[in-house]
Amino acid sequence: MNLLAALPHPVFAGFTGAFEFIFSKQESSVTGGKKVGGFEQVLELAWTQIYVSLLALALALVIAVPIGLYFGHRGAGELLAVGIGNAGRAVPELALIALIAAIIGVGIPVLTLALAVLGIPPILTNTFVGVRQADRSAVTAARGVGMTEFEILRKVELPMAVPGIMTGVRGSTVNIVATATIAPLVGVATLGEFILGENVYGTNGVLAGAICTAILALLFEFALAGLQRQLTSKGLRLQAQ
Amino acid sequence: MRFNHYKPLMALAMLIAALALAVGISACGGGGSTTTAESTEAESPATEETNTEEPAEEGEEGEEAGGEAEAITANPENAKVSLTIGSKNFPEQEILGEIYTQALQAAGYKAKSDLSLGSETVALKTLKAGQISGYPEYASTALTSFFKFEPEEVPADATEAWEKANAEFEKEGLVAFEPTPFASANAVGLLKTTAEKYNLKTVSDLKGVSEKLTLYGSPECRQRIDCLAGLEKLYGLKFKEFKPVDISLRYTVLEKGQADLSILFTTDPQLAAESEKFVILEDDKKVFPAGNVIFVTSKKVAESAGPDYEKTILNVQQGLTLEVMQELDARVELEKQTPKEAAAAYLEAAGYVE
Repeated sequence: MNLLAALPHPVFAGFTGAFEFIFSKQESSVTGGKKVGGFEQVLELAWTQIYVSLLALALALVIAVPIGLYFGHRGAGELLAVGIGNAGRAVPELALIALIAAIIGVGIPVLTLALAVLGIPPILTNTFVGVRQADRSAVTAARGVGMTEFEILRKVELPMAVPGIMTGVRGSTVNIVATATIAPLVGVATLGEFILGENVYGTNGVLAGAICTAILALLFEFALAGLQRQLTSKGLRLQAQ
Repeated sequence: MRFNHYKPLMALAMLIAALALAVGISACGGGGSTTTAESTEAESPATEETNTEEPAEEGEEGEEAGGEAEAITANPENAKVSLTIGSKNFPEQEILGEIYTQALQAAGYKAKSDLSLGSETVALKTLKAGQISGYPEYASTALTSFFKFEPEEVPADATEAWEKANAEFEKEGLVAFEPTPFASANAVGLLKTTAEKYNLKTVSDLKGVSEKLTLYGSPECRQRIDCLAGLEKLYGLKFKEFKPVDISLRYTVLEKGQADLSILFTTDPQLAAESEKFVILEDDKKVFPAGNVIFVTSKKVAESAGPDYEKTILNVQQGLTLEVMQELDARVELEKQTPKEAAAAYLEAAGYVE
Protein backbone atom coordinates (compact mmCIF):
# COMPACT_ATOMS: atom_id res chain seq x y z
CA MET A 1 0.00 0.00 0.00
CA ASN A 2 2.87 2.37 0.77
CA LEU A 3 4.25 1.47 -2.59
CA LEU A 4 1.01 2.54 -4.23
CA ALA A 5 0.98 5.81 -2.35
CA ALA A 6 4.49 6.49 -3.53
CA LEU A 7 3.50 6.22 -7.17
CA PRO A 8 3.60 9.66 -8.69
CA HIS A 9 0.53 9.35 -10.86
CA PRO A 10 -2.58 10.79 -9.16
CA VAL A 11 -4.72 7.95 -10.54
CA PHE A 12 -2.71 5.41 -8.59
CA ALA A 13 -2.68 7.61 -5.52
CA GLY A 14 -6.49 7.58 -5.74
CA PHE A 15 -6.44 3.80 -5.38
CA THR A 16 -4.96 3.74 -1.89
CA GLY A 17 -8.28 4.70 -0.29
CA ALA A 18 -9.96 1.86 -2.16
CA PHE A 19 -7.40 -0.67 -0.94
CA GLU A 20 -7.79 0.57 2.61
CA PHE A 21 -11.54 0.08 2.19
CA ILE A 22 -10.96 -3.52 1.11
CA PHE A 23 -8.72 -4.41 4.02
CA SER A 24 -10.16 -2.43 6.93
CA LYS A 25 -13.53 -0.99 7.90
CA GLN A 26 -14.09 2.69 7.15
CA GLU A 27 -16.19 5.51 8.58
CA SER A 28 -19.41 6.41 6.80
CA SER A 29 -21.50 9.52 7.31
CA VAL A 30 -24.93 7.92 7.00
CA THR A 31 -24.68 4.80 9.17
CA GLY A 32 -24.92 6.36 12.62
CA GLY A 33 -21.33 5.56 13.52
CA LYS A 34 -21.20 1.97 12.25
CA LYS A 35 -18.15 1.32 10.11
CA VAL A 36 -18.53 -0.25 6.67
CA GLY A 37 -16.42 -2.23 4.22
CA GLY A 38 -13.46 -4.31 5.30
CA PHE A 39 -12.22 -7.72 4.28
CA GLU A 40 -15.02 -9.69 5.87
CA GLN A 41 -17.77 -7.86 3.97
CA VAL A 42 -15.73 -7.95 0.74
CA LEU A 43 -15.33 -11.73 1.04
CA GLU A 44 -18.99 -12.29 1.81
CA LEU A 45 -20.15 -10.22 -1.17
CA ALA A 46 -17.47 -11.68 -3.45
CA TRP A 47 -18.58 -15.19 -2.54
CA THR A 48 -22.18 -14.41 -3.51
CA GLN A 49 -20.93 -12.95 -6.76
CA ILE A 50 -18.91 -16.10 -7.52
CA TYR A 51 -21.91 -18.27 -6.65
CA VAL A 52 -24.42 -16.46 -8.89
CA SER A 53 -21.84 -16.21 -11.70
CA LEU A 54 -21.27 -19.97 -11.62
CA LEU A 55 -25.01 -20.64 -11.61
CA ALA A 56 -25.54 -18.37 -14.62
CA LEU A 57 -22.55 -19.86 -16.42
CA ALA A 58 -23.86 -23.37 -15.83
CA LEU A 59 -27.26 -22.45 -17.23
CA ALA A 60 -25.69 -20.76 -20.24
CA LEU A 61 -23.53 -23.84 -20.90
CA VAL A 62 -26.46 -26.25 -20.62
CA ILE A 63 -28.41 -24.23 -23.17
CA ALA A 64 -25.73 -23.01 -25.57
CA VAL A 65 -23.33 -25.95 -25.94
CA PRO A 66 -25.84 -28.63 -27.08
CA ILE A 67 -27.47 -26.22 -29.54
CA GLY A 68 -24.09 -25.11 -30.87
CA LEU A 69 -22.91 -28.72 -31.23
CA TYR A 70 -26.12 -29.80 -32.95
CA PHE A 71 -26.16 -27.03 -35.52
CA GLY A 72 -22.39 -27.21 -35.94
CA HIS A 73 -22.54 -30.94 -36.65
CA ARG A 74 -25.40 -30.57 -39.09
CA GLY A 75 -23.68 -27.59 -40.68
CA ALA A 76 -26.96 -25.74 -40.68
CA GLY A 77 -28.36 -22.80 -38.82
CA GLU A 78 -25.37 -20.55 -39.28
CA LEU A 79 -27.69 -17.60 -39.67
CA LEU A 80 -29.32 -18.46 -36.34
CA ALA A 81 -26.10 -19.03 -34.42
CA VAL A 82 -24.37 -15.92 -35.66
CA GLY A 83 -27.55 -13.83 -35.57
CA ILE A 84 -28.23 -14.73 -31.94
CA GLY A 85 -24.58 -14.15 -31.16
CA ASN A 86 -24.62 -10.63 -32.54
CA ALA A 87 -28.05 -9.62 -31.32
CA GLY A 88 -27.36 -11.05 -27.87
CA ARG A 89 -24.40 -8.77 -27.43
CA ALA A 90 -26.62 -5.75 -27.98
CA VAL A 91 -29.24 -6.62 -25.35
CA PRO A 92 -29.12 -3.99 -22.60
CA GLU A 93 -28.78 -6.07 -19.45
CA LEU A 94 -30.40 -3.51 -17.15
CA ALA A 95 -33.49 -3.29 -19.33
CA LEU A 96 -33.63 -7.08 -19.58
CA ILE A 97 -33.40 -7.55 -15.84
CA ALA A 98 -36.08 -4.92 -15.22
CA LEU A 99 -38.33 -6.67 -17.72
CA ILE A 100 -37.88 -10.09 -16.12
CA ALA A 101 -38.29 -8.62 -12.63
CA ALA A 102 -41.58 -6.99 -13.60
CA ILE A 103 -42.89 -10.38 -14.77
CA ILE A 104 -41.60 -12.85 -12.20
CA GLY A 105 -40.19 -10.70 -9.39
CA VAL A 106 -36.70 -10.71 -7.93
CA GLY A 107 -34.18 -13.11 -6.47
CA ILE A 108 -31.46 -15.53 -7.54
CA PRO A 109 -33.54 -17.31 -10.25
CA VAL A 110 -34.29 -14.02 -12.00
CA LEU A 111 -30.68 -12.92 -11.80
CA THR A 112 -29.40 -16.29 -13.04
CA LEU A 113 -31.73 -16.16 -16.02
CA ALA A 114 -30.77 -12.60 -16.94
CA LEU A 115 -27.04 -13.30 -16.62
CA ALA A 116 -27.36 -16.56 -18.59
CA VAL A 117 -28.99 -14.66 -21.44
CA LEU A 118 -25.86 -12.53 -21.47
CA GLY A 119 -23.60 -15.61 -21.40
CA ILE A 120 -25.29 -17.65 -24.12
CA PRO A 121 -24.31 -15.76 -27.30
CA PRO A 122 -20.51 -16.07 -27.09
CA ILE A 123 -20.69 -19.76 -26.13
CA LEU A 124 -23.23 -20.59 -28.83
CA THR A 125 -21.38 -18.81 -31.61
CA ASN A 126 -17.97 -20.16 -30.65
CA THR A 127 -19.21 -23.73 -30.18
CA PHE A 128 -20.83 -23.59 -33.59
CA VAL A 129 -17.71 -22.20 -35.24
CA GLY A 130 -15.48 -24.63 -33.32
CA VAL A 131 -17.39 -27.66 -34.61
CA ARG A 132 -17.63 -26.29 -38.15
CA GLN A 133 -13.89 -25.85 -38.23
CA ALA A 134 -13.06 -29.36 -37.07
CA ASP A 135 -10.77 -31.01 -39.61
CA ARG A 136 -13.12 -32.24 -42.37
CA SER A 137 -10.81 -35.07 -43.43
CA ALA A 138 -10.85 -36.45 -39.88
CA VAL A 139 -14.65 -36.35 -39.90
CA THR A 140 -14.78 -38.10 -43.27
CA ALA A 141 -12.33 -40.73 -42.04
CA ALA A 142 -14.44 -41.29 -38.92
CA ARG A 143 -17.49 -41.80 -41.07
CA GLY A 144 -15.41 -44.18 -43.24
CA VAL A 145 -14.52 -46.42 -40.30
CA GLY A 146 -18.21 -46.75 -39.48
CA MET A 147 -18.75 -44.36 -36.58
CA THR A 148 -22.31 -43.26 -35.97
CA GLU A 149 -23.13 -39.57 -36.29
CA PHE A 150 -23.24 -39.26 -32.50
CA GLU A 151 -19.84 -40.91 -32.17
CA ILE A 152 -18.40 -38.55 -34.77
CA LEU A 153 -19.73 -35.59 -32.81
CA ARG A 154 -18.52 -36.89 -29.47
CA LYS A 155 -15.18 -38.43 -30.37
CA VAL A 156 -14.00 -36.31 -33.30
CA GLU A 157 -15.74 -32.97 -33.59
CA LEU A 158 -16.18 -32.19 -29.89
CA PRO A 159 -12.51 -32.69 -28.93
CA MET A 160 -11.43 -30.57 -31.86
CA ALA A 161 -13.97 -27.88 -30.95
CA VAL A 162 -12.76 -27.59 -27.34
CA PRO A 163 -10.50 -24.56 -27.92
CA GLY A 164 -13.37 -22.77 -29.68
CA ILE A 165 -15.90 -23.64 -26.99
CA MET A 166 -13.54 -22.55 -24.26
CA THR A 167 -12.92 -19.23 -26.00
CA GLY A 168 -16.64 -18.64 -25.86
CA VAL A 169 -16.88 -19.76 -22.24
CA ARG A 170 -14.08 -17.42 -21.20
CA GLY A 171 -15.70 -14.48 -22.96
CA SER A 172 -19.04 -15.28 -21.37
CA THR A 173 -17.56 -15.63 -17.92
CA VAL A 174 -15.93 -12.23 -17.94
CA ASN A 175 -19.25 -10.72 -19.07
CA ILE A 176 -21.23 -12.56 -16.42
CA VAL A 177 -18.87 -11.86 -13.52
CA ALA A 178 -18.69 -8.16 -14.40
CA THR A 179 -22.43 -7.80 -14.91
CA ALA A 180 -23.26 -9.62 -11.66
CA THR A 181 -22.56 -6.25 -10.03
CA ILE A 182 -26.15 -5.24 -10.86
CA ALA A 183 -27.48 -8.04 -8.63
CA PRO A 184 -28.31 -5.75 -5.67
CA LEU A 185 -31.06 -4.26 -7.84
CA VAL A 186 -32.91 -7.59 -7.78
CA GLY A 187 -32.46 -8.83 -4.25
CA VAL A 188 -28.99 -10.38 -4.29
CA ALA A 189 -26.10 -8.66 -2.51
CA THR A 190 -22.90 -8.90 -4.56
CA LEU A 191 -19.90 -6.59 -4.81
CA GLY A 192 -22.26 -4.31 -6.72
CA GLU A 193 -23.54 -3.19 -3.33
CA PHE A 194 -20.37 -1.11 -2.99
CA ILE A 195 -20.71 0.26 -6.50
CA LEU A 196 -24.41 1.12 -6.18
CA GLY A 197 -24.12 2.51 -2.66
CA GLU A 198 -21.93 5.55 -3.02
CA ASN A 199 -23.82 7.43 -0.31
CA VAL A 200 -22.91 4.72 2.18
CA TYR A 201 -19.55 3.44 0.97
CA GLY A 202 -18.11 6.58 -0.59
CA THR A 203 -15.98 6.87 -3.71
CA ASN A 204 -13.43 4.50 -2.20
CA GLY A 205 -16.13 1.87 -1.78
CA VAL A 206 -17.25 2.27 -5.39
CA LEU A 207 -13.69 1.90 -6.58
CA ALA A 208 -13.09 -1.05 -4.23
CA GLY A 209 -16.15 -2.83 -5.66
CA ALA A 210 -14.85 -2.30 -9.18
CA ILE A 211 -11.33 -3.47 -8.31
CA CYS A 212 -12.58 -6.61 -6.56
CA THR A 213 -14.85 -7.41 -9.50
CA ALA A 214 -11.95 -7.02 -11.90
CA ILE A 215 -9.84 -9.33 -9.73
CA LEU A 216 -12.65 -11.91 -9.69
CA ALA A 217 -12.96 -11.77 -13.47
CA LEU A 218 -9.22 -12.33 -13.81
CA LEU A 219 -9.30 -15.28 -11.39
CA PHE A 220 -12.06 -16.89 -13.43
CA GLU A 221 -10.08 -16.23 -16.59
CA PHE A 222 -6.94 -17.95 -15.20
CA ALA A 223 -8.94 -20.90 -13.89
CA LEU A 224 -10.65 -21.39 -17.23
CA ALA A 225 -7.40 -21.07 -19.15
CA GLY A 226 -6.03 -23.89 -16.98
CA LEU A 227 -9.17 -25.93 -17.54
CA GLN A 228 -8.92 -25.38 -21.27
CA ARG A 229 -5.40 -26.86 -21.24
CA GLN A 230 -6.64 -29.90 -19.36
CA LEU A 231 -9.58 -30.43 -21.70
CA THR A 232 -7.70 -30.02 -24.95
CA SER A 233 -6.66 -33.42 -26.31
CA LYS A 234 -2.96 -34.20 -26.33
CA GLY A 235 -2.86 -34.54 -30.08
CA LEU A 236 -4.23 -31.07 -30.61
CA ARG A 237 -1.82 -29.62 -28.10
CA LEU A 238 1.12 -31.21 -29.88
CA GLN A 239 -0.22 -30.00 -33.21
CA ALA A 240 -0.38 -26.47 -31.87
CA GLN A 241 3.27 -26.63 -30.89
CA MET B 1 -15.18 -13.63 -37.26
CA ARG B 2 -14.28 -16.21 -39.79
CA PHE B 3 -17.18 -16.06 -42.18
CA ASN B 4 -15.38 -14.74 -45.25
CA HIS B 5 -17.12 -17.20 -47.48
CA TYR B 6 -20.45 -15.53 -46.82
CA LYS B 7 -22.13 -13.76 -49.64
CA PRO B 8 -22.06 -10.04 -48.85
CA LEU B 9 -25.83 -9.81 -49.32
CA MET B 10 -26.35 -12.52 -46.72
CA ALA B 11 -24.08 -10.72 -44.30
CA LEU B 12 -26.01 -7.50 -44.81
CA ALA B 13 -29.31 -9.27 -44.21
CA MET B 14 -27.98 -10.74 -41.01
CA LEU B 15 -26.71 -7.39 -39.84
CA ILE B 16 -30.07 -5.79 -40.45
CA ALA B 17 -31.88 -8.62 -38.67
CA ALA B 18 -29.58 -8.38 -35.70
CA LEU B 19 -29.98 -4.62 -35.49
CA ALA B 20 -33.74 -4.85 -35.75
CA LEU B 21 -33.81 -7.40 -32.97
CA ALA B 22 -31.58 -5.31 -30.76
CA VAL B 23 -33.63 -2.18 -31.32
CA GLY B 24 -36.82 -4.10 -30.65
CA ILE B 25 -35.50 -5.48 -27.41
CA SER B 26 -34.26 -2.14 -26.17
CA ALA B 27 -37.58 -0.55 -27.03
CA CYS B 28 -39.47 -3.20 -25.05
CA GLY B 29 -37.10 -2.92 -22.15
CA GLY B 30 -37.36 0.84 -22.07
CA GLY B 31 -40.82 0.71 -20.55
CA GLY B 32 -39.68 -1.29 -17.58
CA SER B 33 -36.31 0.25 -17.20
CA THR B 34 -35.32 1.96 -14.01
CA THR B 35 -34.53 5.40 -15.26
CA THR B 36 -36.39 7.76 -17.52
CA ALA B 37 -33.76 10.38 -17.74
CA GLU B 38 -34.05 12.88 -20.49
CA SER B 39 -32.52 16.16 -21.38
CA THR B 40 -34.69 18.88 -22.72
CA GLU B 41 -33.29 21.87 -24.48
CA ALA B 42 -35.08 25.14 -24.12
CA GLU B 43 -35.89 25.45 -27.77
CA SER B 44 -39.60 26.06 -27.28
CA PRO B 45 -41.80 27.16 -24.43
CA ALA B 46 -43.09 24.09 -22.61
CA THR B 47 -46.66 25.22 -22.81
CA GLU B 48 -46.99 24.27 -26.47
CA GLU B 49 -46.43 20.63 -25.68
CA THR B 50 -48.94 20.30 -22.90
CA ASN B 51 -51.18 17.35 -23.36
CA THR B 52 -54.69 17.86 -22.07
CA GLU B 53 -56.12 14.37 -22.15
CA GLU B 54 -57.76 14.56 -18.77
CA PRO B 55 -59.31 17.96 -18.34
CA ALA B 56 -61.46 16.91 -15.37
CA GLU B 57 -58.51 15.74 -13.34
CA GLU B 58 -56.48 18.78 -14.17
CA GLY B 59 -59.36 21.00 -13.11
CA GLU B 60 -59.36 19.43 -9.67
CA GLU B 61 -55.68 19.87 -9.39
CA GLY B 62 -56.01 23.47 -10.39
CA GLU B 63 -58.43 24.07 -7.55
CA GLU B 64 -56.11 22.55 -5.00
CA ALA B 65 -53.09 24.38 -6.21
CA GLY B 66 -54.67 27.45 -7.72
CA GLY B 67 -55.08 29.60 -4.64
CA GLU B 68 -51.63 31.10 -4.49
CA ALA B 69 -50.46 30.60 -8.04
CA GLU B 70 -49.10 33.65 -9.74
CA ALA B 71 -48.65 33.38 -13.51
CA ILE B 72 -45.00 33.39 -14.52
CA THR B 73 -44.05 36.20 -16.86
CA ALA B 74 -41.06 36.11 -19.19
CA ASN B 75 -38.38 38.69 -18.58
CA PRO B 76 -36.26 39.29 -21.73
CA GLU B 77 -33.29 40.16 -19.47
CA ASN B 78 -33.11 36.52 -18.41
CA ALA B 79 -32.44 35.20 -21.93
CA LYS B 80 -28.73 35.81 -21.37
CA VAL B 81 -28.61 33.33 -18.49
CA SER B 82 -28.13 29.62 -19.15
CA LEU B 83 -29.22 27.25 -16.38
CA THR B 84 -29.03 23.47 -16.01
CA ILE B 85 -31.43 22.02 -13.48
CA GLY B 86 -30.50 18.60 -12.11
CA SER B 87 -32.38 15.89 -10.29
CA LYS B 88 -31.77 12.42 -8.97
CA ASN B 89 -32.98 9.59 -11.16
CA PHE B 90 -36.33 8.54 -9.74
CA PRO B 91 -39.76 9.79 -10.81
CA GLU B 92 -40.57 12.30 -8.04
CA GLN B 93 -37.18 13.97 -8.44
CA GLU B 94 -37.45 13.97 -12.22
CA ILE B 95 -40.87 15.63 -12.05
CA LEU B 96 -39.53 18.30 -9.67
CA GLY B 97 -36.52 18.86 -11.93
CA GLU B 98 -38.84 19.33 -14.90
CA ILE B 99 -41.20 21.65 -13.01
CA TYR B 100 -38.34 23.96 -12.05
CA THR B 101 -36.83 23.80 -15.54
CA GLN B 102 -40.09 24.60 -17.31
CA ALA B 103 -40.93 27.39 -14.86
CA LEU B 104 -37.52 28.97 -15.43
CA GLN B 105 -38.02 28.66 -19.17
CA ALA B 106 -41.36 30.42 -18.79
CA ALA B 107 -39.58 33.18 -16.88
CA GLY B 108 -37.36 33.68 -19.92
CA TYR B 109 -34.25 31.78 -18.83
CA LYS B 110 -32.32 29.53 -21.15
CA ALA B 111 -32.90 26.50 -18.96
CA LYS B 112 -32.41 22.79 -19.58
CA SER B 113 -32.74 19.74 -17.38
CA ASP B 114 -30.29 16.98 -16.49
CA LEU B 115 -32.37 14.38 -14.71
CA SER B 116 -29.97 11.49 -14.41
CA LEU B 117 -27.91 12.06 -11.28
CA GLY B 118 -27.61 8.75 -9.48
CA SER B 119 -27.52 9.69 -5.82
CA GLU B 120 -27.33 12.71 -3.53
CA THR B 121 -23.56 12.32 -3.34
CA VAL B 122 -23.29 12.52 -7.12
CA ALA B 123 -25.80 15.39 -7.28
CA LEU B 124 -23.89 17.44 -4.71
CA LYS B 125 -20.59 16.78 -6.46
CA THR B 126 -22.07 17.79 -9.81
CA LEU B 127 -23.46 20.96 -8.27
CA LYS B 128 -20.17 21.90 -6.63
CA ALA B 129 -18.33 21.27 -9.91
CA GLY B 130 -20.70 23.71 -11.61
CA GLN B 131 -22.07 21.15 -14.08
CA ILE B 132 -25.59 21.84 -12.84
CA SER B 133 -26.94 25.14 -11.53
CA GLY B 134 -29.13 23.60 -8.86
CA TYR B 135 -31.30 20.61 -7.95
CA PRO B 136 -34.14 19.72 -5.58
CA GLU B 137 -33.11 17.88 -2.41
CA TYR B 138 -35.07 16.68 0.62
CA ALA B 139 -34.03 18.74 3.64
CA SER B 140 -33.89 15.56 5.75
CA THR B 141 -31.59 13.83 3.26
CA ALA B 142 -29.34 16.87 3.12
CA LEU B 143 -29.03 16.92 6.91
CA THR B 144 -28.46 13.19 7.42
CA SER B 145 -26.46 12.42 4.30
CA PHE B 146 -24.35 15.55 3.85
CA PHE B 147 -24.12 17.02 7.32
CA LYS B 148 -24.02 13.93 9.57
CA PHE B 149 -27.22 14.60 11.51
CA GLU B 150 -28.73 11.61 13.28
CA PRO B 151 -32.32 11.00 12.10
CA GLU B 152 -33.74 12.02 15.47
CA GLU B 153 -31.86 15.33 15.25
CA VAL B 154 -33.69 16.36 12.08
CA PRO B 155 -36.24 19.03 13.09
CA ALA B 156 -39.84 18.04 12.44
CA ASP B 157 -40.64 21.63 11.50
CA ALA B 158 -40.01 22.29 7.80
CA THR B 159 -38.73 25.84 8.25
CA GLU B 160 -36.37 24.85 11.04
CA ALA B 161 -34.98 21.94 9.01
CA TRP B 162 -34.47 24.25 6.05
CA GLU B 163 -32.68 26.86 8.17
CA LYS B 164 -30.34 24.22 9.60
CA ALA B 165 -29.59 22.79 6.15
CA ASN B 166 -29.12 26.24 4.64
CA ALA B 167 -26.64 27.23 7.35
CA GLU B 168 -24.57 24.14 6.48
CA PHE B 169 -24.87 24.67 2.71
CA GLU B 170 -23.71 28.30 3.09
CA LYS B 171 -20.39 27.11 4.50
CA GLU B 172 -19.80 25.40 1.16
CA GLY B 173 -20.73 28.32 -1.08
CA LEU B 174 -24.21 26.97 -1.71
CA VAL B 175 -27.65 28.25 -0.84
CA ALA B 176 -30.97 26.46 -0.29
CA PHE B 177 -34.28 28.17 -1.09
CA GLU B 178 -37.34 27.87 1.13
CA PRO B 179 -39.05 24.45 1.34
CA THR B 180 -42.02 23.07 -0.61
CA PRO B 181 -45.39 22.58 1.10
CA PHE B 182 -45.18 18.77 0.77
CA ALA B 183 -42.82 16.51 2.66
CA SER B 184 -41.66 13.02 1.76
CA ALA B 185 -40.34 10.31 4.02
CA ASN B 186 -39.44 6.66 3.79
CA ALA B 187 -41.85 4.27 5.44
CA VAL B 188 -42.15 0.57 6.15
CA GLY B 189 -44.91 -0.63 3.81
CA LEU B 190 -46.72 -3.93 3.53
CA LEU B 191 -49.80 -5.59 2.13
CA LYS B 192 -52.94 -4.83 4.11
CA THR B 193 -53.50 -8.57 4.50
CA THR B 194 -50.10 -8.98 6.19
CA ALA B 195 -50.80 -6.03 8.50
CA GLU B 196 -54.11 -7.58 9.52
CA LYS B 197 -52.61 -11.02 9.97
CA TYR B 198 -50.06 -9.81 12.52
CA ASN B 199 -52.15 -6.87 13.76
CA LEU B 200 -49.55 -4.26 12.81
CA LYS B 201 -50.17 -0.51 13.00
CA THR B 202 -46.85 0.99 14.06
CA VAL B 203 -43.25 -0.04 13.46
CA SER B 204 -43.01 -0.89 17.17
CA ASP B 205 -45.71 -3.55 16.63
CA LEU B 206 -43.14 -5.48 14.59
CA LYS B 207 -41.38 -6.48 17.81
CA GLY B 208 -41.58 -10.25 18.08
CA VAL B 209 -42.90 -10.60 14.53
CA SER B 210 -40.06 -9.17 12.48
CA GLU B 211 -37.97 -12.36 12.88
CA LYS B 212 -40.47 -14.05 10.57
CA LEU B 213 -40.51 -11.25 7.99
CA THR B 214 -38.29 -10.39 5.01
CA LEU B 215 -37.63 -6.70 4.42
CA TYR B 216 -36.72 -5.27 1.02
CA GLY B 217 -35.15 -1.85 0.56
CA SER B 218 -32.71 -0.01 -1.70
CA PRO B 219 -29.15 -1.42 -1.74
CA GLU B 220 -28.10 1.47 0.50
CA CYS B 221 -30.84 0.82 3.04
CA ARG B 222 -28.95 -1.99 4.77
CA GLN B 223 -26.31 0.29 6.27
CA ARG B 224 -28.22 3.57 6.59
CA ILE B 225 -29.23 4.85 9.99
CA ASP B 226 -32.39 6.32 8.43
CA CYS B 227 -33.27 2.85 7.11
CA LEU B 228 -32.45 -0.74 8.20
CA ALA B 229 -29.61 0.22 10.55
CA GLY B 230 -31.99 2.60 12.34
CA LEU B 231 -34.80 0.05 12.50
CA GLU B 232 -32.39 -2.37 14.16
CA LYS B 233 -30.83 0.19 16.48
CA LEU B 234 -33.74 2.40 17.53
CA TYR B 235 -36.54 -0.18 17.49
CA GLY B 236 -34.36 -3.14 18.39
CA LEU B 237 -35.82 -5.16 15.52
CA LYS B 238 -34.24 -8.21 13.88
CA PHE B 239 -35.59 -9.22 10.51
CA LYS B 240 -35.56 -12.70 9.00
CA GLU B 241 -33.64 -11.26 6.09
CA PHE B 242 -32.91 -7.96 4.38
CA LYS B 243 -32.72 -7.99 0.59
CA PRO B 244 -31.60 -5.14 -1.65
CA VAL B 245 -33.78 -4.12 -4.57
CA ASP B 246 -34.03 -1.30 -7.08
CA ILE B 247 -36.46 1.31 -5.78
CA SER B 248 -38.57 1.00 -8.92
CA LEU B 249 -39.44 -2.54 -7.75
CA ARG B 250 -40.55 -1.57 -4.22
CA TYR B 251 -44.20 -2.46 -4.91
CA THR B 252 -43.43 -5.38 -7.24
CA VAL B 253 -41.73 -7.35 -4.45
CA LEU B 254 -44.80 -6.91 -2.23
CA GLU B 255 -47.19 -7.89 -5.00
CA LYS B 256 -45.19 -10.97 -5.95
CA GLY B 257 -45.14 -12.08 -2.32
CA GLN B 258 -41.34 -12.02 -2.15
CA ALA B 259 -41.24 -9.24 0.42
CA ASP B 260 -43.28 -9.14 3.61
CA LEU B 261 -42.12 -5.58 4.20
CA SER B 262 -40.78 -3.03 1.74
CA ILE B 263 -39.39 0.47 2.18
CA LEU B 264 -41.84 2.85 0.46
CA PHE B 265 -42.19 6.63 0.17
CA THR B 266 -45.03 8.50 1.86
CA THR B 267 -45.63 10.40 -1.40
CA ASP B 268 -46.18 7.17 -3.36
CA PRO B 269 -49.35 7.38 -5.45
CA GLN B 270 -49.97 3.66 -4.88
CA LEU B 271 -50.73 4.40 -1.22
CA ALA B 272 -53.55 6.73 -2.19
CA ALA B 273 -54.79 4.81 -5.24
CA GLU B 274 -54.64 1.35 -3.69
CA SER B 275 -55.23 2.04 -0.01
CA GLU B 276 -57.14 -1.25 0.23
CA LYS B 277 -54.04 -3.14 -0.82
CA PHE B 278 -50.96 -1.38 0.58
CA VAL B 279 -50.52 0.25 3.97
CA ILE B 280 -47.60 1.86 5.81
CA LEU B 281 -46.70 1.49 9.46
CA GLU B 282 -46.55 4.57 11.66
CA ASP B 283 -42.94 5.45 12.44
CA ASP B 284 -43.50 5.98 16.17
CA LYS B 285 -39.81 6.30 17.06
CA LYS B 286 -38.91 8.57 14.12
CA VAL B 287 -36.30 6.59 12.22
CA PHE B 288 -37.48 8.07 8.94
CA PRO B 289 -37.30 11.87 9.13
CA ALA B 290 -39.76 13.61 6.84
CA GLY B 291 -38.23 16.06 4.45
CA ASN B 292 -39.67 18.95 2.51
CA VAL B 293 -37.90 19.68 -0.73
CA ILE B 294 -35.45 22.56 -0.81
CA PHE B 295 -33.91 23.78 -4.04
CA VAL B 296 -30.13 23.83 -3.63
CA THR B 297 -28.04 26.05 -5.87
CA SER B 298 -24.67 27.74 -5.79
CA LYS B 299 -24.42 31.31 -4.50
CA LYS B 300 -22.60 32.31 -7.65
CA VAL B 301 -25.43 31.14 -9.89
CA ALA B 302 -28.05 32.69 -7.61
CA GLU B 303 -26.32 36.06 -7.86
CA SER B 304 -25.62 36.03 -11.59
CA ALA B 305 -29.09 34.76 -12.53
CA GLY B 306 -30.84 37.75 -11.00
CA PRO B 307 -33.88 38.04 -8.71
CA ASP B 308 -36.26 36.12 -11.00
CA TYR B 309 -34.38 32.87 -10.29
CA GLU B 310 -35.37 32.48 -6.65
CA LYS B 311 -38.73 34.18 -7.20
CA THR B 312 -39.73 31.74 -9.95
CA ILE B 313 -38.67 28.67 -8.00
CA LEU B 314 -40.49 29.69 -4.83
CA ASN B 315 -43.54 30.67 -6.85
CA VAL B 316 -43.81 27.45 -8.85
CA GLN B 317 -43.41 25.15 -5.84
CA GLN B 318 -46.22 26.79 -3.88
CA GLY B 319 -48.80 24.47 -5.39
CA LEU B 320 -46.90 21.31 -4.48
CA THR B 321 -48.99 19.93 -1.64
CA LEU B 322 -48.85 16.24 -0.72
CA GLU B 323 -52.01 15.53 -2.77
CA VAL B 324 -50.65 17.31 -5.85
CA MET B 325 -47.27 15.57 -5.58
CA GLN B 326 -48.97 12.17 -5.23
CA GLU B 327 -51.09 12.98 -8.27
CA LEU B 328 -48.01 13.94 -10.29
CA ASP B 329 -46.14 10.81 -9.13
CA ALA B 330 -49.18 8.77 -10.20
CA ARG B 331 -49.08 10.22 -13.69
CA VAL B 332 -45.49 9.08 -14.13
CA GLU B 333 -45.38 5.86 -12.11
CA LEU B 334 -48.84 4.49 -12.84
CA GLU B 335 -49.99 6.17 -16.04
CA LYS B 336 -46.52 6.12 -17.64
CA GLN B 337 -46.46 9.78 -18.65
CA THR B 338 -43.01 11.28 -18.95
CA PRO B 339 -41.86 13.59 -16.11
CA LYS B 340 -41.82 16.34 -18.72
CA GLU B 341 -45.51 15.83 -19.57
CA ALA B 342 -46.53 15.65 -15.92
CA ALA B 343 -44.62 18.83 -15.11
CA ALA B 344 -46.16 20.69 -18.04
CA ALA B 345 -49.64 19.61 -16.98
CA TYR B 346 -48.98 20.86 -13.45
CA LEU B 347 -47.74 24.28 -14.61
CA GLU B 348 -50.78 24.75 -16.77
CA ALA B 349 -53.40 23.39 -14.37
CA ALA B 350 -52.07 25.47 -11.50
CA GLY B 351 -52.13 28.60 -13.66
CA TYR B 352 -48.40 29.28 -13.82
CA VAL B 353 -48.44 29.30 -17.61
CA GLU B 354 -51.18 29.94 -20.10
